[in-house]
Amino acid sequence: MKPYAVSRSKASAESDGQTLVQAIQVSKRFDVSEPWLNRLIERKPRRYLQAVDQLNLEIKRGETFGLVGESGCGKSTVARLLVGLYACSSGEVRFEGHPLQHIDRIKEKNETSLRRKIQMIFQDPYASLNPRWTVGEIVAEPLKVHRMLDSRASMQERVAVLLAQVGLAASDAERYPHQFSGGQRQRISIARALASEPEFLVCDEPTSALDVSVQAQVLNLMKDLQARRGLTYLFISHNLAVVRHVSDRVGVMYLGRLVEVAPNEDLFDKALHPYTRMLLDAIPDLERTGKDRTPVAGEVPNPLDPPSGCAFHPRCPQAKARCERERPVLSMVDARRQVACFAMTDPAFELDEAR
Amino acid sequence: MPSIQNYNNHPVVEAPLLELRHLQVEFPTRKGLLRALDDVSFSIGRGETLGVVGESGAGKSLTGAAIIGLLEPPGRISSGEILLEGRRIDSLPTDAMRSLRGKEIAAIFQDPLTSLNPLFSIGRQLTDTIQTHLPLTYTQARQRAIDLLARTGIPAPELRIEHYPHQFSGGMRQRVVIALALAAEPKLIVADEPTTALDVSIQAQIILLLKQVSRDFGTSIMLITHDMGVIAETADRVAVMYAGRVAEIGPVDAMIHRPKHPYTKGLMASIPSIRAHRERLAQIEGAMPRLGAIPKGCAFNPRCSESFSRCQLERPELQPAGESQAACWALSQ
Repeated sequence: MKPYAVSRSKASAESDGQTLVQAIQVSKRFDVSEPWLNRLIERKPRRYLQAVDQLNLEIKRGETFGLVGESGCGKSTVARLLVGLYACSSGEVRFEGHPLQHIDRIKEKNETSLRRKIQMIFQDPYASLNPRWTVGEIVAEPLKVHRMLDSRASMQERVAVLLAQVGLAASDAERYPHQFSGGQRQRISIARALASEPEFLVCDEPTSALDVSVQAQVLNLMKDLQARRGLTYLFISHNLAVVRHVSDRVGVMYLGRLVEVAPNEDLFDKALHPYTRMLLDAIPDLERTGKDRTPVAGEVPNPLDPPSGCAFHPRCPQAKARCERERPVLSMVDARRQVACFAMTDPAFELDEAR
Repeated sequence: MPSIQNYNNHPVVEAPLLELRHLQVEFPTRKGLLRALDDVSFSIGRGETLGVVGESGAGKSLTGAAIIGLLEPPGRISSGEILLEGRRIDSLPTDAMRSLRGKEIAAIFQDPLTSLNPLFSIGRQLTDTIQTHLPLTYTQARQRAIDLLARTGIPAPELRIEHYPHQFSGGMRQRVVIALALAAEPKLIVADEPTTALDVSIQAQIILLLKQVSRDFGTSIMLITHDMGVIAETADRVAVMYAGRVAEIGPVDAMIHRPKHPYTKGLMASIPSIRAHRERLAQIEGAMPRLGAIPKGCAFNPRCSESFSRCQLERPELQPAGESQAACWALSQ
């Protein structure tokens, strides 16, 4: 368990102004047991789903951290843990050094809660906007909640500025969500998220529901806003090309655990973890017209019954007996990247240099 | 591909498997007639995979639904023809269309759960389909079902055939749906977003399976998707649709590397690349018009950077442009 100690000491050493968000040994376990009576009659035990397992993560001020993985790997749970929509089962999330569970009570100088600095953008812009509210009411809600402005006029003025920032007209404040297209609705979500002047935006698949040309508009807008306001993003997506486009650093998740964390260029130039390589290999490529590939066999295992040892070992081409018994921890392999794989450190594994 | 009139009832080898001629689909609504497909013409050769791309609402799924005769009423084909091996199929009576569907043209949809009946074992669904279309006994049909499941990569098919859809994972369900589509060895499979609901690693497996099926059985595939990467790896030719019309159609390599239509150019440039890093993505301003508000002339002209006066007045037809065909006035200048 030595490598873990290394990453932890590094984590605490770096919690200065550089680190905005920090997850320390964060786990989230969901109780998915049958109802009490069924358990009693059918003699079934309680069942738990380990959605996130001992996650350590640091996000630096002003960077975009991309989180990728297949469905069910726990990336959305991480998003909800980092904004405080879920409480951690164990471990702790810190924002600007403060524990997230106390964040509502921590006041800034101007009496607004520190909570306003964390906001979230959801995947489905059809489900995340209240259809009965006007766009103006939707965008003004964070201002009211955090008591940032008091007069009606100043609020209207602020809403107009926010809408202009995301490329909508001030007059759109009078309209309802159903009158907008998917891309425009996602712009409204962004305007709402920006209303409380956050520093940290968690974006959970913000462009997955959009067409590519509209996706390009939204991604460009998010980049512009980041440059102008110095925002920090956690960007979650299953689309690796999108993650490559927006991220500075990327984390890859598999069955509730981070398996690789690396700067964007390093990860996409030469992925180290076998799962990352498999993911990168599986992406349909515009340059591969008419060519066949050999996709990795197998599927993501049931998270209710994860494999022993390294969760990826049943699908891994490099797996050895040790992978079945022991679980590799995320550890630094060089100055900038962390990988959870025995093949990195154990000389028993002859590294495939074929790639 | 030139269409050849078949006067003598001889099978004409060069005739494409499927041909759409000036297909128009309309939806009568309270606000008036909405033309969802307008003058769509293309053909699919034997064993060929045609990719159909476009943004949501461009009419790609509707084209597929029209071909398999499953247009949602009140939608209807108002003019134009659909020909399968030179025979018109758009005007067939319901019964004839029903026996043709599954036998000659099969369909795969995005969500495998909605294509499978949750109350029947997949064995029952497969043998029913096989016996409907092929003159086989139950035992023969069951053996064929097991073979099909094995062929589509389902482990232990003799065992799995007894299982119900909910006992399969998403990727496995889609394999069952593909087995179901292959049950009567159709000539054409209309695959509407077959991999959209799947994870990338499973998507790669399903794409490979579709390619193998097309190669081994000589099945033509109409692959409808919004994912250009999937098209690039699977299709021989690509049709790009915009606002109910074909904007450009041509060989897949030419469409990706040498697009002619301004919309195709914009679409290709707006796709983030996994290989190279770009600071900004090219973006096409605005959004595709709604059906009720399609502009006069070229439907793309309000968003087009190359548009000129003629684009606002006249509608461009598909014309040869390099290896492809594109509907754009700028190409005929």
